[in-house]
Amino acid sequence: MLKISKLAFGYTKSKLFEIEDLEISSGQHIALLGQSGSGKTTLLHIIGGLLAPERGEVSLAGQSIYALSGSKLDTFRATHIGLVFQKPHLIKALNVADNLKLTQYLAGLPQDNERIKEVLTNLGLADKLKSQINELSQGEAQRVSIARALLNRPKLILADEPTASLDDLNSAKVIDLLKSQADQYGATLIIATHDQRVKSLIPQTIEMQQLS
Amino acid sequence: MNLYQLSWKYIKSKPLNTFLNITLMALGISIIVVLLLLSQQVEEKLSKNAQGIDLVVGAKGSPLQLILSSVYHVDFPTGNIKLQEAEKLAKNRLVKNIIPLAMGDSYSGFRIVGTNHDYPSLYQLTLNEGRLWENVNEAVLGAEVAAVLGLKVGDLFEGAHGISNESHTHEEQAYEVVGILSASQSVPDRLILTSVETVWAMHEEHETDEAIDPESHETHADHHHHDEITLKGLPKGDSLQEVTSLIVQYRSPMAAIQLPRQINANTNMQAASPAFETARLFSLLGIGISLFQGFAYLIIFIAGLSIFIALINSLKERRYDLAIMRSLGASRSKLFLHIILEGLLITGIGALAGIALGHCLVFLLTWSNSQSAAAGISGFVFIFEELWIIGLSLVVGILAALIPAWSAYKTDISKVLSKE
Repeated sequence: MLKISKLAFGYTKSKLFEIEDLEISSGQHIALLGQSGSGKTTLLHIIGGLLAPERGEVSLAGQSIYALSGSKLDTFRATHIGLVFQKPHLIKALNVADNLKLTQYLAGLPQDNERIKEVLTNLGLADKLKSQINELSQGEAQRVSIARALLNRPKLILADEPTASLDDLNSAKVIDLLKSQADQYGATLIIATHDQRVKSLIPQTIEMQQLS
Repeated sequence: MNLYQLSWKYIKSKPLNTFLNITLMALGISIIVVLLLLSQQVEEKLSKNAQGIDLVVGAKGSPLQLILSSVYHVDFPTGNIKLQEAEKLAKNRLVKNIIPLAMGDSYSGFRIVGTNHDYPSLYQLTLNEGRLWENVNEAVLGAEVAAVLGLKVGDLFEGAHGISNESHTHEEQAYEVVGILSASQSVPDRLILTSVETVWAMHEEHETDEAIDPESHETHADHHHHDEITLKGLPKGDSLQEVTSLIVQYRSPMAAIQLPRQINANTNMQAASPAFETARLFSLLGIGISLFQGFAYLIIFIAGLSIFIALINSLKERRYDLAIMRSLGASRSKLFLHIILEGLLITGIGALAGIALGHCLVFLLTWSNSQSAAAGISGFVFIFEELWIIGLSLVVGILAALIPAWSAYKTDISKVLSKE
């Protein structure tokens, strides 16, 4: 499903960080553990098609993603990868429904109100359809950002410290949701975190070595 | 959801900024629209009123004043000329036709002009009611005169001495309204037309009991009575009689070169060309128009600058939004277009608002001044140049958004998103 080989990355060419080869099969849940600065986010961005590595290959569902040209990669990312970040980063100029419609529009998919309602209902946000972003609580906003990541039925869900700014209750809820939603869509889930609360919830882990 | 809606939602999310930028843009555009509408319509009106008039001949003085008084009927006449000289000019082989004008009286602020039947045909005037003057003391009213004064065919009125303020009325003799002209959107709408002989006759009465007022250049007359009037050509009178000015039509284009020089050099009269004088008037007004135009362009420039600053500032807050959009599949060029569209929407709305505002301003201006020279200028005329204005605004929008759009294009998703 996801294969990483001979990956190296560096902010300068003289100092490259090698990343271990990795193969993750479909439907697995994996916690990517490591201290801050250990390169979790960098690896996640490389896997997510946001940051081209210096060399090596990332292949997802049989497609070597950095072999795709600019806008093709954008479309591939939009339709195959769902991203969840530490902060929700919802677009405040739009309401909840429009944030999700924008997600479908930017991926070049048809705008489907039924699908939006379905995903929001799954995440217990059915009544927030018309809400403005600044009316949401932090936990709700994070759940909307999960809805956004799941909306286009991705094959791979990448979450970068999704619980860092949430309390215990919300953090457990978010991890639970990510797991159950990933299962529902048969998607692979990778959660990068240094949060010990997550570790106990996801048995399969990959430990990042300190890069610097 | 599409790119337009997205840009629109962002514009709406900053209502005060958007309001300021649209207002600035609309203000600049409206000034340009007002200038365009006014200068275009005034020019059109001026040239329409001077149609068929090749040359105006009158007493020596300012040529511009002669044109303004004899063609547009706004300024005071330069004085009078001898009928004898007019007759000499009429015999000139370069002259096709001469229409005499005798001025000096008015009624309720409307000028009474003594002339012949060539004058109404020069403006292709048609009668709405009654007939043209055929006897002494008969008068025909312009459409606006009749409407404002409420006079009908058969009514009598007494003319006042002088062409601006009412001073002395000719009590002994009254004009009889015999006809009312249809509206023509030209100068005669605001004139009372009669024969030259009638004007002379009024002043014969007048001069018997009053000294001549030197400031009002009324037609001097002798003490003969005129029972017959001239409907075509110059009126018949002795050497002492005078008219105010002559409208001259050339026989050939050659006359344009020779006739003005002959008149100015060899007679006590002066010749002025309406085309030349109105062009001169416009070049004088042009300085003022350019000043206003410069001011308008300055406001539009400031509007563009303000849009630029607003976009640059908002991009700082929107770094995450842009990076998220990229991560959601938006290509670089889509983000570029998204920001350009924001600039275009603001200036486009500003331009439309400005055009609407400009037309309203012209409407208000002419509505409150329906009695002045602004009469006949409409706020509801749309001209081709307004399309250029919309084009100009869109260019301003693109220019203002260009640098912000470029920085959106360059958004580094990973760098922005890793700085949580």
